[in-house]
Amino acid sequence: MAEAMSFVKGLKCKECGAEQPVAPRAICEDCFGPLEVTYDYAALARTFDRDRVTARPRSMWRFRELLPVDGERILGEEVGGTPLVRADRLAARLGVRELYVKNDAVNFPTLSFKDRVVSVALTKAREFGMTTVGCASTGNLANAVAAQGVRHGFETCILVPEDLEAAKILGTTVFGARLVGVKGDYDQVNRLCSQIADRFGWGIVNVNLRPFYGEGSKTVGYEIAEQLGWKAPANVVCCMAGGSLITKIAKGFGELAELGFIDKSPTAFHGAQATGCNPIVTAVKDGSGEIRPVKARTIARSLAIGNPADGYYAARLIRDSGGQAEDASDTEIVDGIRLLAETEGIFTETAGGVTVAVAKKLIEQGRLSRTEPIVLVITGNGLKTMEALTSTAAVYPVIEPRLEAFEKTMARADAAAAAKSAAAAGATEAGAGPTISAFAAPSSFVTSSNSAVPPAPNHGRTSWPSR
Amino acid sequence: MAIQVRIPSVLRRQTEGAETVSLEGATIGEILMSLETRYEGLKGKLCGPQGEIRRFVNIYINDNDVRLLGGPTTKVSEGDEVTIIPAVAGG
Repeated sequence: MAEAMSFVKGLKCKECGAEQPVAPRAICEDCFGPLEVTYDYAALARTFDRDRVTARPRSMWRFRELLPVDGERILGEEVGGTPLVRADRLAARLGVRELYVKNDAVNFPTLSFKDRVVSVALTKAREFGMTTVGCASTGNLANAVAAQGVRHGFETCILVPEDLEAAKILGTTVFGARLVGVKGDYDQVNRLCSQIADRFGWGIVNVNLRPFYGEGSKTVGYEIAEQLGWKAPANVVCCMAGGSLITKIAKGFGELAELGFIDKSPTAFHGAQATGCNPIVTAVKDGSGEIRPVKARTIARSLAIGNPADGYYAARLIRDSGGQAEDASDTEIVDGIRLLAETEGIFTETAGGVTVAVAKKLIEQGRLSRTEPIVLVITGNGLKTMEALTSTAAVYPVIEPRLEAFEKTMARADAAAAAKSAAAAGATEAGAGPTISAFAAPSSFVTSSNSAVPPAPNHGRTSWPSR
Repeated sequence: MAIQVRIPSVLRRQTEGAETVSLEGATIGEILMSLETRYEGLKGKLCGPQGEIRRFVNIYINDNDVRLLGGPTTKVSEGDEVTIIPAVAGG
Protein backbone atom coordinates (compact mmCIF):
# COMPACT_ATOMS: atom_id res chain seq x y z
CA MET A 1 0.00 0.00 0.00
CA ALA A 2 1.45 3.32 -0.96
CA GLU A 3 -0.78 5.41 1.22
CA ALA A 4 1.24 7.05 3.95
CA MET A 5 -0.88 9.06 6.27
CA SER A 6 -1.22 9.10 9.97
CA PHE A 7 -4.02 10.42 12.11
CA VAL A 8 -2.23 9.70 15.38
CA LYS A 9 -2.17 12.66 17.75
CA GLY A 10 0.00 11.11 20.44
CA LEU A 11 -0.12 9.10 23.64
CA LYS A 12 -2.42 9.87 26.51
CA CYS A 13 -2.62 8.42 30.03
CA LYS A 14 -5.90 6.56 30.53
CA GLU A 15 -5.85 7.52 34.21
CA CYS A 16 -4.68 11.11 34.59
CA GLY A 17 -4.98 12.30 30.98
CA ALA A 18 -1.35 13.47 30.73
CA GLU A 19 -0.24 13.63 27.09
CA GLN A 20 3.06 12.47 25.65
CA PRO A 21 4.56 12.26 22.19
CA VAL A 22 4.70 8.93 20.35
CA ALA A 23 7.65 6.85 21.62
CA PRO A 24 8.30 3.27 22.73
CA ARG A 25 6.79 3.76 26.15
CA ALA A 26 3.71 2.38 27.81
CA ILE A 27 3.52 3.91 31.27
CA CYS A 28 2.61 7.40 32.45
CA GLU A 29 5.48 8.95 34.34
CA ASP A 30 3.08 10.82 36.60
CA CYS A 31 0.75 8.09 37.83
CA PHE A 32 1.89 4.76 36.33
CA GLY A 33 -1.37 4.57 34.34
CA PRO A 34 -1.31 2.93 30.89
CA LEU A 35 -0.74 5.15 27.86
CA GLU A 36 -3.14 4.92 24.97
CA VAL A 37 -2.87 6.13 21.37
CA THR A 38 -5.14 9.04 20.48
CA TYR A 39 -6.30 9.98 16.97
CA ASP A 40 -7.62 13.04 15.18
CA TYR A 41 -11.10 11.67 14.47
CA ALA A 42 -12.32 14.88 12.87
CA ALA A 43 -9.58 14.71 10.24
CA LEU A 44 -10.17 10.98 9.85
CA ALA A 45 -13.88 11.49 9.21
CA ARG A 46 -13.06 13.86 6.33
CA THR A 47 -10.99 11.38 4.33
CA PHE A 48 -11.78 7.88 5.54
CA ASP A 49 -15.00 6.11 4.63
CA ARG A 50 -16.49 2.64 4.21
CA ASP A 51 -15.87 2.53 0.46
CA ARG A 52 -12.18 3.01 1.08
CA VAL A 53 -12.22 0.07 3.46
CA THR A 54 -14.09 -2.31 1.18
CA ALA A 55 -11.95 -1.45 -1.85
CA ARG A 56 -8.89 -2.91 -0.13
CA PRO A 57 -7.84 -6.56 0.23
CA ARG A 58 -9.49 -8.41 3.10
CA SER A 59 -7.08 -8.05 6.02
CA MET A 60 -6.92 -6.08 9.24
CA TRP A 61 -5.02 -3.37 7.37
CA ARG A 62 -8.19 -2.37 5.53
CA PHE A 63 -8.54 -0.16 8.59
CA ARG A 64 -5.01 1.20 8.55
CA GLU A 65 -6.09 4.80 9.15
CA LEU A 66 -7.33 3.65 12.56
CA LEU A 67 -4.04 1.98 13.43
CA PRO A 68 -1.07 3.78 14.99
CA VAL A 69 1.45 3.58 12.17
CA ASP A 70 3.15 6.49 10.47
CA GLY A 71 5.00 5.16 7.47
CA GLU A 72 4.13 3.40 4.25
CA ARG A 73 5.70 0.11 5.22
CA ILE A 74 3.27 -2.31 6.88
CA LEU A 75 4.66 -5.56 8.30
CA GLY A 76 2.08 -8.31 7.97
CA GLU A 77 -0.32 -6.90 5.38
CA GLU A 78 -2.02 -10.33 5.14
CA VAL A 79 -2.93 -10.61 8.82
CA GLY A 80 -6.57 -10.64 9.95
CA GLY A 81 -9.65 -10.65 7.76
CA THR A 82 -10.79 -13.86 9.42
CA PRO A 83 -14.27 -15.36 8.86
CA LEU A 84 -17.36 -14.38 10.82
CA VAL A 85 -19.31 -17.64 10.73
CA ARG A 86 -23.06 -17.79 11.17
CA ALA A 87 -23.31 -20.62 13.72
CA ASP A 88 -26.83 -22.00 13.29
CA ARG A 89 -26.11 -25.51 14.55
CA LEU A 90 -24.47 -24.21 17.71
CA ALA A 91 -27.33 -21.71 18.06
CA ALA A 92 -29.83 -24.55 17.94
CA ARG A 93 -27.93 -26.46 20.61
CA LEU A 94 -27.80 -23.40 22.84
CA GLY A 95 -31.37 -22.38 22.13
CA VAL A 96 -30.62 -18.93 20.69
CA ARG A 97 -31.82 -17.29 17.49
CA GLU A 98 -28.78 -15.57 15.98
CA LEU A 99 -25.24 -16.61 16.78
CA TYR A 100 -21.91 -15.90 15.09
CA VAL A 101 -18.35 -17.03 15.63
CA LYS A 102 -15.52 -14.62 14.86
CA ASN A 103 -12.96 -17.22 13.97
CA ASP A 104 -9.44 -16.03 14.73
CA ALA A 105 -8.46 -19.68 15.16
CA VAL A 106 -7.57 -19.39 11.46
CA ASN A 107 -5.69 -16.12 11.61
CA PHE A 108 -2.52 -15.75 9.56
CA PRO A 109 0.23 -16.75 10.14
CA THR A 110 0.03 -18.45 13.56
CA LEU A 111 -3.66 -19.20 14.15
CA SER A 112 -4.56 -16.76 16.92
CA PHE A 113 -5.71 -13.17 17.33
CA LYS A 114 -2.20 -12.33 18.52
CA ASP A 115 -1.11 -12.15 14.88
CA ARG A 116 -3.00 -8.85 14.73
CA VAL A 117 -1.32 -7.16 17.67
CA VAL A 118 2.10 -8.36 16.57
CA SER A 119 1.63 -6.99 13.06
CA VAL A 120 1.07 -3.52 14.49
CA ALA A 121 3.82 -3.88 17.12
CA LEU A 122 6.46 -4.98 14.57
CA THR A 123 5.46 -2.28 12.10
CA LYS A 124 6.00 0.18 14.94
CA ALA A 125 9.25 -1.46 16.07
CA ARG A 126 10.61 -0.99 12.54
CA GLU A 127 9.53 2.66 12.55
CA PHE A 128 11.34 3.11 15.88
CA GLY A 129 14.49 1.56 14.38
CA MET A 130 14.49 -1.43 16.73
CA THR A 131 16.27 -4.58 15.57
CA THR A 132 15.30 -7.03 18.33
CA VAL A 133 11.73 -7.78 19.34
CA GLY A 134 10.38 -10.00 22.07
CA CYS A 135 7.53 -10.66 24.43
CA ALA A 136 6.35 -12.30 27.61
CA SER A 137 3.83 -14.87 26.54
CA THR A 138 1.45 -17.60 27.55
CA GLY A 139 2.06 -19.14 24.11
CA ASN A 140 0.04 -17.57 21.32
CA LEU A 141 1.92 -14.30 21.42
CA ALA A 142 5.19 -16.23 21.41
CA ASN A 143 4.16 -17.99 18.18
CA ALA A 144 3.11 -14.72 16.55
CA VAL A 145 6.26 -12.81 17.50
CA ALA A 146 8.45 -15.73 16.43
CA ALA A 147 6.88 -16.18 12.99
CA GLN A 148 6.43 -12.54 12.07
CA GLY A 149 9.68 -11.46 13.73
CA VAL A 150 11.69 -13.93 11.67
CA ARG A 151 9.82 -13.14 8.48
CA HIS A 152 10.49 -9.43 8.79
CA GLY A 153 14.14 -9.78 9.71
CA PHE A 154 14.14 -9.04 13.42
CA GLU A 155 16.21 -10.73 16.08
CA THR A 156 13.80 -12.27 18.56
CA CYS A 157 13.84 -13.05 22.26
CA ILE A 158 10.72 -14.66 23.66
CA LEU A 159 10.02 -15.56 27.28
CA VAL A 160 7.40 -18.08 28.37
CA PRO A 161 6.59 -20.18 31.43
CA GLU A 162 8.74 -23.30 31.04
CA ASP A 163 5.85 -25.79 31.16
CA LEU A 164 3.67 -24.53 28.28
CA GLU A 165 1.80 -26.81 25.88
CA ALA A 166 4.16 -28.65 23.49
CA ALA A 167 2.64 -27.10 20.35
CA LYS A 168 3.14 -23.59 21.66
CA ILE A 169 6.80 -24.28 22.40
CA LEU A 170 7.37 -26.00 19.05
CA GLY A 171 5.35 -23.30 17.29
CA THR A 172 7.93 -20.81 18.54
CA THR A 173 11.23 -22.64 18.19
CA VAL A 174 10.46 -23.96 14.69
CA PHE A 175 10.91 -20.44 13.34
CA GLY A 176 14.38 -20.27 14.81
CA ALA A 177 13.28 -17.74 17.38
CA ARG A 178 15.28 -17.42 20.57
CA LEU A 179 13.01 -18.86 23.27
CA VAL A 180 13.71 -18.74 26.99
CA GLY A 181 11.62 -20.79 29.41
CA VAL A 182 11.19 -19.27 32.84
CA LYS A 183 10.65 -21.27 36.01
CA GLY A 184 7.49 -19.61 37.13
CA ASP A 185 4.02 -18.57 36.06
CA TYR A 186 3.11 -15.95 33.45
CA ASP A 187 3.02 -13.14 35.98
CA GLN A 188 6.62 -13.89 36.91
CA VAL A 189 7.62 -14.05 33.24
CA ASN A 190 5.90 -10.73 32.76
CA ARG A 191 7.80 -9.13 35.60
CA LEU A 192 11.10 -10.37 34.26
CA CYS A 193 10.23 -9.09 30.79
CA SER A 194 9.47 -5.68 32.19
CA GLN A 195 12.97 -5.61 33.70
CA ILE A 196 14.50 -6.86 30.43
CA ALA A 197 12.76 -4.07 28.51
CA ASP A 198 14.27 -1.65 31.01
CA ARG A 199 17.77 -3.08 30.64
CA PHE A 200 17.99 -3.75 26.90
CA GLY A 201 16.82 -1.48 24.10
CA TRP A 202 14.53 -4.13 22.66
CA GLY A 203 10.98 -3.81 21.47
CA ILE A 204 9.07 -5.99 23.89
CA VAL A 205 5.69 -5.99 22.21
CA ASN A 206 3.55 -6.18 25.34
CA VAL A 207 5.80 -4.01 27.48
CA ASN A 208 7.27 -0.90 25.85
CA LEU A 209 5.30 -1.32 22.58
CA ARG A 210 2.05 -2.03 24.44
CA PRO A 211 0.10 1.11 23.43
CA PHE A 212 0.60 0.27 19.73
CA TYR A 213 0.33 -3.49 20.11
CA GLY A 214 -3.02 -3.23 21.89
CA GLU A 215 -4.51 -1.19 19.05
CA GLY A 216 -4.23 -4.21 16.75
CA SER A 217 -7.02 -5.87 18.72
CA LYS A 218 -9.45 -3.14 17.64
CA THR A 219 -9.50 -4.75 14.20
CA VAL A 220 -11.45 -7.70 15.62
CA GLY A 221 -14.22 -5.22 16.36
CA TYR A 222 -13.97 -3.43 12.99
CA GLU A 223 -14.20 -6.71 11.13
CA ILE A 224 -17.17 -8.01 13.14
CA ALA A 225 -19.08 -4.79 12.44
CA GLU A 226 -18.24 -4.84 8.73
CA GLN A 227 -19.09 -8.53 8.39
CA LEU A 228 -22.46 -7.97 10.04
CA GLY A 229 -23.28 -5.42 7.33
CA TRP A 230 -21.86 -2.40 9.14
CA LYS A 231 -23.49 -2.78 12.50
CA ALA A 232 -22.39 -3.75 15.97
CA PRO A 233 -23.99 -6.85 17.50
CA ALA A 234 -26.20 -6.63 20.60
CA ASN A 235 -23.90 -9.03 22.45
CA VAL A 236 -20.23 -9.98 22.34
CA VAL A 237 -18.82 -12.83 24.43
CA CYS A 238 -15.04 -12.68 24.74
CA CYS A 239 -12.46 -14.52 26.80
CA MET A 240 -10.22 -12.48 29.05
CA ALA A 241 -6.59 -12.93 30.07
CA GLY A 242 -5.01 -9.50 30.55
CA GLY A 243 -8.41 -7.98 29.72
CA SER A 244 -7.23 -5.88 26.78
CA LEU A 245 -9.00 -7.55 23.83
CA ILE A 246 -12.56 -7.05 25.08
CA THR A 247 -11.90 -3.35 25.73
CA LYS A 248 -10.31 -2.90 22.30
CA ILE A 249 -13.27 -4.50 20.53
CA ALA A 250 -15.45 -1.97 22.33
CA LYS A 251 -13.10 0.82 21.32
CA GLY A 252 -13.32 -0.43 17.73
CA PHE A 253 -17.13 -0.27 17.69
CA GLY A 254 -16.99 3.17 19.33
CA GLU A 255 -14.62 4.53 16.71
CA LEU A 256 -16.71 3.19 13.82
CA ALA A 257 -19.75 4.88 15.33
CA GLU A 258 -17.81 8.11 15.77
CA LEU A 259 -16.83 8.01 12.09
CA GLY A 260 -20.40 7.26 11.05
CA PHE A 261 -19.53 3.80 9.66
CA ILE A 262 -22.13 2.22 11.97
CA ASP A 263 -25.02 3.51 14.05
CA LYS A 264 -24.40 4.09 17.73
CA SER A 265 -25.94 0.94 19.05
CA PRO A 266 -25.16 -0.31 22.51
CA THR A 267 -23.36 -3.64 22.64
CA ALA A 268 -23.33 -5.64 25.87
CA PHE A 269 -19.86 -7.08 26.46
CA HIS A 270 -19.73 -10.37 28.33
CA GLY A 271 -16.39 -11.49 29.76
CA ALA A 272 -15.29 -15.11 30.12
CA GLN A 273 -12.51 -16.54 32.27
CA ALA A 274 -11.48 -19.92 33.62
CA THR A 275 -12.60 -20.68 37.16
CA GLY A 276 -8.95 -21.36 38.03
CA CYS A 277 -7.98 -17.80 37.03
CA ASN A 278 -10.92 -15.42 37.34
CA PRO A 279 -9.79 -12.13 38.87
CA ILE A 280 -11.76 -9.99 36.38
CA VAL A 281 -14.95 -12.04 36.80
CA THR A 282 -14.57 -11.71 40.57
CA ALA A 283 -14.12 -7.95 40.30
CA VAL A 284 -17.37 -7.69 38.31
CA LYS A 285 -19.33 -10.06 40.51
CA ASP A 286 -18.32 -8.56 43.86
CA GLY A 287 -19.18 -5.11 42.53
CA SER A 288 -15.80 -3.63 43.52
CA GLY A 289 -14.35 -3.41 40.01
CA GLU A 290 -10.93 -3.73 41.65
CA ILE A 291 -8.62 -6.55 40.66
CA ARG A 292 -7.21 -8.80 43.35
CA PRO A 293 -4.41 -10.85 41.80
CA VAL A 294 -4.70 -14.64 41.96
CA LYS A 295 -2.40 -17.60 41.43
CA ALA A 296 -3.62 -19.14 38.16
CA ARG A 297 -4.51 -22.84 38.02
CA THR A 298 -6.32 -23.79 34.81
CA ILE A 299 -5.92 -25.82 31.62
CA ALA A 300 -6.62 -22.58 29.76
CA ARG A 301 -2.96 -21.63 29.83
CA SER A 302 -3.38 -18.79 27.36
CA LEU A 303 -5.74 -17.10 29.85
CA ALA A 304 -3.62 -17.84 32.93
CA ILE A 305 -2.79 -14.28 33.91
CA GLY A 306 -3.32 -13.81 37.62
CA ASN A 307 -2.68 -10.08 37.62
CA PRO A 308 -4.41 -8.71 34.50
CA ALA A 309 -3.08 -5.28 33.54
CA ASP A 310 -6.30 -4.22 31.81
CA GLY A 311 -8.56 -6.08 34.23
CA TYR A 312 -9.88 -2.91 35.77
CA TYR A 313 -10.95 -1.51 32.40
CA ALA A 314 -12.44 -4.84 31.30
CA ALA A 315 -14.51 -5.08 34.50
CA ARG A 316 -15.69 -1.51 34.06
CA LEU A 317 -16.66 -2.11 30.42
CA ILE A 318 -18.66 -5.22 31.33
CA ARG A 319 -20.51 -3.38 34.06
CA ASP A 320 -21.14 -0.19 32.07
CA SER A 321 -22.27 -2.03 28.93
CA GLY A 322 -24.80 -4.12 30.84
CA GLY A 323 -22.81 -7.30 30.22
CA GLN A 324 -22.13 -10.33 32.36
CA ALA A 325 -18.97 -11.96 33.68
CA GLU A 326 -18.70 -15.68 34.29
CA ASP A 327 -16.12 -18.43 34.54
CA ALA A 328 -15.87 -22.05 33.41
CA SER A 329 -14.27 -25.06 35.10
CA ASP A 330 -11.69 -27.20 33.33
CA THR A 331 -14.36 -29.83 32.56
CA GLU A 332 -16.69 -27.18 31.15
CA ILE A 333 -13.83 -25.79 29.04
CA VAL A 334 -13.24 -29.18 27.40
CA ASP A 335 -17.00 -29.56 26.86
CA GLY A 336 -17.01 -26.10 25.27
CA ILE A 337 -14.22 -27.01 22.84
CA ARG A 338 -16.11 -30.16 21.84
CA LEU A 339 -19.46 -28.41 21.51
CA LEU A 340 -18.03 -25.88 19.05
CA ALA A 341 -16.16 -28.59 17.16
CA GLU A 342 -19.15 -30.92 16.94
CA THR A 343 -21.62 -28.27 15.86
CA GLU A 344 -19.63 -25.89 13.67
CA GLY A 345 -16.52 -27.78 12.64
CA ILE A 346 -14.32 -25.22 14.35
CA PHE A 347 -11.53 -26.55 16.56
CA THR A 348 -10.60 -23.95 19.12
CA GLU A 349 -8.08 -24.02 21.92
CA THR A 350 -8.88 -23.96 25.62
CA ALA A 351 -9.46 -20.19 25.62
CA GLY A 352 -12.19 -20.62 23.00
CA GLY A 353 -13.60 -23.43 25.12
CA VAL A 354 -13.90 -20.90 27.93
CA THR A 355 -15.83 -18.52 25.68
CA VAL A 356 -18.25 -21.20 24.47
CA ALA A 357 -18.74 -22.66 27.95
CA VAL A 358 -19.44 -19.27 29.49
CA ALA A 359 -21.86 -18.32 26.70
CA LYS A 360 -23.71 -21.60 27.29
CA LYS A 361 -23.87 -20.98 31.01
CA LEU A 362 -25.10 -17.39 30.63
CA ILE A 363 -27.80 -18.48 28.18
CA GLU A 364 -28.97 -21.32 30.41
CA GLN A 365 -29.08 -18.98 33.39
CA GLY A 366 -31.11 -16.41 31.47
CA ARG A 367 -28.31 -13.83 31.67
CA LEU A 368 -27.74 -13.68 27.91
CA SER A 369 -30.54 -12.97 25.44
CA ARG A 370 -31.88 -15.87 23.35
CA THR A 371 -33.34 -13.50 20.74
CA GLU A 372 -30.66 -10.84 20.14
CA PRO A 373 -27.57 -11.43 17.99
CA ILE A 374 -24.56 -12.84 19.84
CA VAL A 375 -20.96 -12.92 18.59
CA LEU A 376 -18.52 -15.35 20.20
CA VAL A 377 -14.92 -14.22 19.81
CA ILE A 378 -12.80 -17.32 19.23
CA THR A 379 -9.18 -16.32 19.69
CA GLY A 380 -7.06 -19.41 19.10
CA ASN A 381 -6.68 -22.83 17.50
CA GLY A 382 -7.31 -26.22 19.08
CA LEU A 383 -4.30 -27.85 17.46
CA LYS A 384 -2.16 -25.88 19.90
CA THR A 385 -3.75 -27.27 23.06
CA MET A 386 -4.42 -30.90 22.22
CA GLU A 387 -3.25 -31.97 25.69
CA ALA A 388 -6.59 -30.76 27.01
CA LEU A 389 -8.48 -33.27 24.87
CA THR A 390 -6.35 -36.32 24.22
CA SER A 391 -7.58 -38.23 27.26
CA THR A 392 -11.20 -38.00 26.08
CA ALA A 393 -11.21 -37.56 22.31
CA ALA A 394 -8.72 -39.96 20.79
CA VAL A 395 -11.07 -42.95 20.87
CA TYR A 396 -11.70 -44.80 17.63
CA PRO A 397 -11.85 -48.33 16.26
CA VAL A 398 -8.84 -49.96 14.66
CA ILE A 399 -9.57 -52.85 12.28
CA GLU A 400 -7.92 -55.34 9.96
CA PRO A 401 -7.85 -54.12 6.34
CA ARG A 402 -10.85 -56.27 5.34
CA LEU A 403 -14.38 -55.25 4.34
CA GLU A 404 -15.90 -57.79 6.74
CA ALA A 405 -14.09 -56.25 9.69
CA PHE A 406 -15.30 -52.82 8.65
CA GLU A 407 -18.93 -53.98 8.43
CA LYS A 408 -18.69 -55.57 11.88
CA THR A 409 -17.35 -52.33 13.32
CA MET A 410 -20.13 -50.32 11.70
CA ALA A 411 -22.74 -52.61 13.21
CA ARG A 412 -21.21 -52.21 16.65
CA ALA A 413 -21.08 -48.44 16.25
CA ASP A 414 -24.72 -48.35 15.17
CA ALA A 415 -25.70 -50.33 18.26
CA ALA A 416 -23.65 -48.04 20.51
CA ALA A 417 -25.19 -44.95 18.90
CA ALA A 418 -28.70 -46.37 19.32
CA ALA A 419 -28.03 -47.10 22.99
CA LYS A 420 -26.62 -43.62 23.40
CA SER A 421 -29.58 -41.84 21.83
CA ALA A 422 -31.97 -43.98 23.88
CA ALA A 423 -30.10 -42.91 27.00
CA ALA A 424 -30.12 -39.28 25.85
CA ALA A 425 -33.87 -39.44 25.17
CA GLY A 426 -34.36 -40.78 28.69
CA ALA A 427 -32.29 -37.95 30.13
CA THR A 428 -34.29 -35.36 28.16
CA GLU A 429 -37.52 -36.81 29.47
CA ALA A 430 -36.07 -36.49 32.94
CA GLY A 431 -35.74 -32.76 32.35
CA ALA A 432 -32.06 -32.34 31.57
CA GLY A 433 -31.09 -29.92 28.84
CA PRO A 434 -28.93 -30.82 25.85
CA THR A 435 -25.57 -32.02 27.01
CA ILE A 436 -22.35 -32.97 25.35
CA SER A 437 -21.51 -36.50 26.25
CA ALA A 438 -18.41 -38.52 25.58
CA PHE A 439 -18.47 -40.98 22.73
CA ALA A 440 -19.67 -44.30 24.13
CA ALA A 441 -16.96 -46.65 23.00
CA PRO A 442 -17.67 -50.39 22.78
CA SER A 443 -15.09 -52.60 24.43
CA SER A 444 -13.44 -53.42 21.11
CA PHE A 445 -12.63 -49.74 20.56
CA VAL A 446 -9.21 -48.63 21.57
CA THR A 447 -8.03 -45.54 23.29
CA SER A 448 -4.98 -44.32 21.51
CA SER A 449 -1.84 -44.26 23.59
CA ASN A 450 -0.31 -41.86 21.12
CA SER A 451 -1.03 -38.36 22.36
CA ALA A 452 -0.24 -36.88 18.94
CA VAL A 453 -3.23 -38.62 17.34
CA PRO A 454 -5.90 -36.06 16.51
CA PRO A 455 -9.46 -36.53 17.72
CA ALA A 456 -11.38 -39.19 15.83
CA PRO A 457 -13.10 -37.70 12.78
CA ASN A 458 -16.32 -39.58 13.56
CA HIS A 459 -16.48 -38.09 16.98
CA GLY A 460 -19.85 -36.99 18.24
CA ARG A 461 -21.88 -38.55 15.44
CA THR A 462 -25.18 -39.89 16.53
CA SER A 463 -25.43 -42.40 13.68
CA TRP A 464 -23.45 -43.76 10.81
CA PRO A 465 -24.55 -43.05 7.28
CA SER A 466 -27.01 -45.57 5.90
CA ARG A 467 -25.53 -48.15 3.58
CA MET B 1 17.31 -2.14 58.52
CA ALA B 2 18.25 -1.39 54.92
CA ILE B 3 16.27 -2.98 52.11
CA GLN B 4 17.27 -3.03 48.45
CA VAL B 5 14.53 -1.54 46.28
CA ARG B 6 14.52 -1.95 42.48
CA ILE B 7 13.32 1.12 40.63
CA PRO B 8 11.71 0.81 37.17
CA SER B 9 13.06 2.94 34.33
CA VAL B 10 9.93 5.07 34.25
CA LEU B 11 10.89 6.46 37.70
CA ARG B 12 14.64 6.69 37.27
CA ARG B 13 14.60 10.29 36.19
CA GLN B 14 13.59 11.03 39.77
CA THR B 15 16.23 8.73 41.28
CA GLU B 16 19.09 10.30 39.32
CA GLY B 17 19.27 7.17 37.21
CA ALA B 18 19.68 4.75 40.11
CA GLU B 19 18.37 1.25 39.32
CA THR B 20 18.38 0.14 42.94
CA VAL B 21 18.30 2.19 46.10
CA SER B 22 18.90 1.10 49.66
CA LEU B 23 16.11 2.28 51.95
CA GLU B 24 15.26 2.00 55.65
CA GLY B 25 11.94 0.60 56.84
CA ALA B 26 10.22 -2.37 58.49
CA THR B 27 7.12 -2.27 56.29
CA ILE B 28 6.36 -1.40 52.67
CA GLY B 29 4.71 1.81 53.89
CA GLU B 30 7.85 2.83 55.79
CA ILE B 31 10.03 2.07 52.80
CA LEU B 32 7.83 4.24 50.58
CA MET B 33 8.16 7.05 53.17
CA SER B 34 11.97 6.66 53.05
CA LEU B 35 11.79 6.81 49.27
CA GLU B 36 9.82 10.06 49.52
CA THR B 37 12.33 11.51 51.99
CA ARG B 38 15.19 10.75 49.62
CA TYR B 39 13.40 11.70 46.38
CA GLU B 40 10.62 14.18 46.99
CA GLY B 41 7.45 13.60 44.99
CA LEU B 42 8.09 9.96 44.21
CA LYS B 43 5.61 8.48 46.67
CA GLY B 44 2.77 10.44 45.09
CA LYS B 45 3.36 8.59 41.83
CA LEU B 46 3.10 5.22 43.54
CA CYS B 47 0.39 5.90 46.14
CA GLY B 48 -2.93 7.66 46.19
CA PRO B 49 -4.02 10.35 48.70
CA GLN B 50 -4.92 7.77 51.38
CA GLY B 51 -1.55 6.06 51.06
CA GLU B 52 -3.01 3.17 49.08
CA ILE B 53 -0.85 1.68 46.36
CA ARG B 54 -2.07 2.92 42.99
CA ARG B 55 -4.03 0.57 40.75
CA PHE B 56 -1.33 0.17 38.09
CA VAL B 57 1.64 -0.05 40.45
CA ASN B 58 2.85 -3.51 41.40
CA ILE B 59 5.17 -3.87 44.37
CA TYR B 60 6.76 -7.22 45.09
CA ILE B 61 8.64 -8.54 48.10
CA ASN B 62 10.90 -11.12 46.52
CA ASP B 63 8.33 -13.08 44.47
CA ASN B 64 5.12 -11.96 46.15
CA ASP B 65 2.74 -9.18 45.17
CA VAL B 66 2.16 -7.08 48.30
CA ARG B 67 -1.51 -6.83 47.30
CA LEU B 68 -1.76 -10.53 48.15
CA LEU B 69 0.03 -9.86 51.45
CA GLY B 70 -0.83 -6.85 53.58
CA GLY B 71 -0.51 -3.93 51.17
CA PRO B 72 1.47 -1.01 52.64
CA THR B 73 1.48 -2.63 56.11
CA THR B 74 3.33 -5.72 54.82
CA LYS B 75 6.45 -6.36 56.87
CA VAL B 76 9.84 -6.71 55.24
CA SER B 77 12.82 -8.59 56.64
CA GLU B 78 16.59 -8.34 56.31
CA GLY B 79 17.67 -9.68 52.91
CA ASP B 80 14.29 -9.16 51.22
CA GLU B 81 14.32 -7.50 47.83
CA VAL B 82 11.53 -5.07 46.99
CA THR B 83 10.69 -4.52 43.31
CA ILE B 84 8.46 -1.80 41.88
CA ILE B 85 7.05 -2.69 38.45
CA PRO B 86 4.37 -1.13 36.28
CA ALA B 87 1.57 -3.41 35.13
CA VAL B 88 2.30 -5.23 31.84
CA ALA B 89 -0.17 -6.28 29.17
CA GLY B 90 -1.29 -9.83 28.53
CA GLY B 91 0.28 -12.19 26.12
